[in-house]
Amino acid sequence: MEPFRIHTGIVAPMDRENVDTDAIIPKQFLKSIKRTGFGENLFDAWRFLDPGVPGADPATRRANPDFVLNQPRFRGASILLARKNFGCGSSREHAPWALQQYGFRALIAPSYADIFFNNCFKNGLLPIVLPEHRVAALFDDVAAFPGYKLTIDLGRQVVEPPSGGAIPFEVEAFRKECLLGGLDEIGMTLRHADKIRAFEAERLLRQPWLATTVR
Amino acid sequence: MSTPRTLYDKIWDEHVVHSESDGTALLYIDRHLVHEVTSPQAFEGLDLAGRKVWRISANLAVSDHNVPTTDRSHGIADPVSRLQVDTLDANCDRHGITQFKMNDRRQGIVHVIGPEQGATLPGTTVVCGDSHTSTHGAFGALAHGIGTSEVEHVLATQTLLARKAKNMLVRVDGRLGRGCSAKDIVLAVIGKIGTAGGTGHTIEFAGDAIRALSMEGRMTVCNMAIEAGARAGLIAVDETTIAYLRGRPYSPSGAEWELAEQYWRTLRSDPDAHFDTVVTLDASEIRPQVTWGTSPEMVVSIADRVPDPQRERDPGRRDAMERALRYMALEPNRPITDIRIDKVFIGSCTNSRIEDLREAAAVVRRLGASVASNVKLAMVVPGSGLVKEQAEREGLDRIFKGAGFEWREAGCSMCLAMNADRLEPGERCASTSNRNFEGRQGAGGRTHLVSPAMAAAAAIEGHFVDVRRLA
Repeated sequence: MEPFRIHTGIVAPMDRENVDTDAIIPKQFLKSIKRTGFGENLFDAWRFLDPGVPGADPATRRANPDFVLNQPRFRGASILLARKNFGCGSSREHAPWALQQYGFRALIAPSYADIFFNNCFKNGLLPIVLPEHRVAALFDDVAAFPGYKLTIDLGRQVVEPPSGGAIPFEVEAFRKECLLGGLDEIGMTLRHADKIRAFEAERLLRQPWLATTVR
Repeated sequence: MSTPRTLYDKIWDEHVVHSESDGTALLYIDRHLVHEVTSPQAFEGLDLAGRKVWRISANLAVSDHNVPTTDRSHGIADPVSRLQVDTLDANCDRHGITQFKMNDRRQGIVHVIGPEQGATLPGTTVVCGDSHTSTHGAFGALAHGIGTSEVEHVLATQTLLARKAKNMLVRVDGRLGRGCSAKDIVLAVIGKIGTAGGTGHTIEFAGDAIRALSMEGRMTVCNMAIEAGARAGLIAVDETTIAYLRGRPYSPSGAEWELAEQYWRTLRSDPDAHFDTVVTLDASEIRPQVTWGTSPEMVVSIADRVPDPQRERDPGRRDAMERALRYMALEPNRPITDIRIDKVFIGSCTNSRIEDLREAAAVVRRLGASVASNVKLAMVVPGSGLVKEQAEREGLDRIFKGAGFEWREAGCSMCLAMNADRLEPGERCASTSNRNFEGRQGAGGRTHLVSPAMAAAAAIEGHFVDVRRLA
C-alpha cells in the first residue's frame, strides 16, 4: 500500500448527499477478477452519456460535460469534497479502488458509511471527517476559486487551506500508523499468530461444532 | 455484580483476541461466507503473498450474484460472469473450501443458504464480502459485511481488525396489522431514522412485534439494518431461533446440541444494559410501505402521496428529493396507488425465503387473476435451490405460473442485475429487494421497494394497491 504522509492537490466538489457505491462504481464493472482498471469507470453513469460497458475503449466514450469531474477546472483533482453519508450501500471495495485509481488520494466529508470508510484505509485513501459547517465553507471556497487546492498533513492531522490556518481532523492512531507507513495489515496481524492460535484452540474446545465441515 | 451488557457487548467480548491501545481490537471470526464478486482479488492476494487459508472449516462459498436464473444446463453465456464464477470454483477447489456449485441443489443466495444450512449459529461472528451479511444477526450472531481486503485478512488470519460500534436499540412494540410484514417494519424504521441513522452503531431489534416474527421475518429486518446505516443488526435468541436451528446440517447434535442450546439461551441483552440510542415504533401504526425515491429512506405508506419537495425546508434534502423525483419520473402529490409498473421482482436476500413466497402466493391466489397486461415481466426468484424445492412441494410454483409469473432458479438476480435479469432504461419495478439506488436494477431503471404481498398485488393489478383490503 502506498504510504500517505503529506498531500497537496486540486479539490473537486461532489455536491450531493448519500452518494452510494452503485453510483461510485456501477455493478457491471464488478465482474472483473482484477484489482485494477476501475478508475476509468468511476461515477460511470453520471460521468458519461453513453451506457458503460465493461471493456469499452475509454477514448470512444461520450463524456457528460455537466458532470463535475469533466469540467476543465477540476482536471487532475486528487481530493474529493463530499456531503453526508458518502459511500453508502454495498461493501464493494471496488468503490475505493475506483476513486484511488482515478487519482484521488483523500476525501473530505461530514460523514461516511461505515464499510466504505473502513475500505478506504485499506487502500491508502484517506477519508477525512470534518464538521458540516467546515465542509460547507470548503464547498464555497472551491466554487469561488478556480484551481483551489488543499494540503493534507496526516502526521499533524490538519487540512491546510491556501488562505492559511489549519483545520484539525481526527484519525484513529492505529489507522494513522498503517497509512503513514503504508503497512500490510495482514503482516501486522500475523505478529499475533500464536495468540490467535491459542484463542482458537480454546474456543473450538468449548464449541467444537464451530469446526463442523459439510461437503 | 458485573456491569449489565447488551447482546452486542457479550458477543464482542467473547471474540476479542487482542486489543491495541487506541481501542482497535483483533476479533476472532467463526464463520466466513464467500461469493464470487468480492473474493477473487482476496484469493489472488493470498496466493501472491504465499499465505494459506487459516481455518478451512470456517469458510462456506457459493456463487450467487452472476448466476443465470434461467436454464443452467449449458453454463453461463456471458463470458465475464462465467470467468468470475469459474474463478471462485478454482479458488475453493485449490484451498479445499466447501462450495455449493451452480448446479448443486443447495446453491442459492449466500444469505439464504448460510442460515438454511445451520452455518449461521447464535453467538458467533459471521462475515462476508457483502453488506447484507447483517441478515445473519437474526440468529443472535454478530454479522456484518466486509471489503475485499478484509476478506483476504479473514482468509489469512481468521480475525478482523475492528473497532467497537455503539449500541442502538430499535424497539417495535404492539401488533403488526393484517397485510403487513417484516419488510414493512424495517422500511418504516429506515423511514424514521434515515439511511445514516444507524451509522457507527450495531442495532438490536426488540419488542413484541419482533418477537412475533418467524426467523424468515427476522432475517428480512436484520438484512436491511445496513440500509439504516448500521453494519450489523441483532435479535436475541428465543424459542423461535432454537426451533429453526434443530437438525440443520451445520447445527450441533446430541450432547453438543444440549451444550450449545444452554449457551445460546444466554444470548440476550441484560435488563439494565445501556444503549447509546433508543428508537421506538408502534407496530400497530405501520402500514404497507412503498419507496418513492432513490434511497430506502424515501419511503411512504400505500395510503400516502408522493411527497412535495416544496414542503421540505432543509435545502440539501429538498435538492435530493427533486433529483429523485426527476429520476423516478414522478410528480409531487400523486397518490401512490396511481403509480403503474412495468416489471415485478420477487426475490433477493431480503425476501426470497419460503415464507416470502407463501405470502406472495397467497395474494395471487386471493386475487384469482393473471398478471396485468401492462406488466411486461413478473418474476419469482427463490433464494435457494432448497427453497425452490420446498415451494414446489407446496404447489406455490403452480400458483405463480398459473397467473403468468416466471418461476426461476435461485440467485441474486434483478436485485442488482449482475446477471441477465435487469430493468431497461425508464422501466418501473415493484421489487422485494433492498436498494432503490439509481441504476441499481439496470441503468435508468426505477425501483420501488415493497413487501412480497405488495409486489404480488401490484403484479396482478398493474399498479400499487393496498394489500390490507385483501387481508
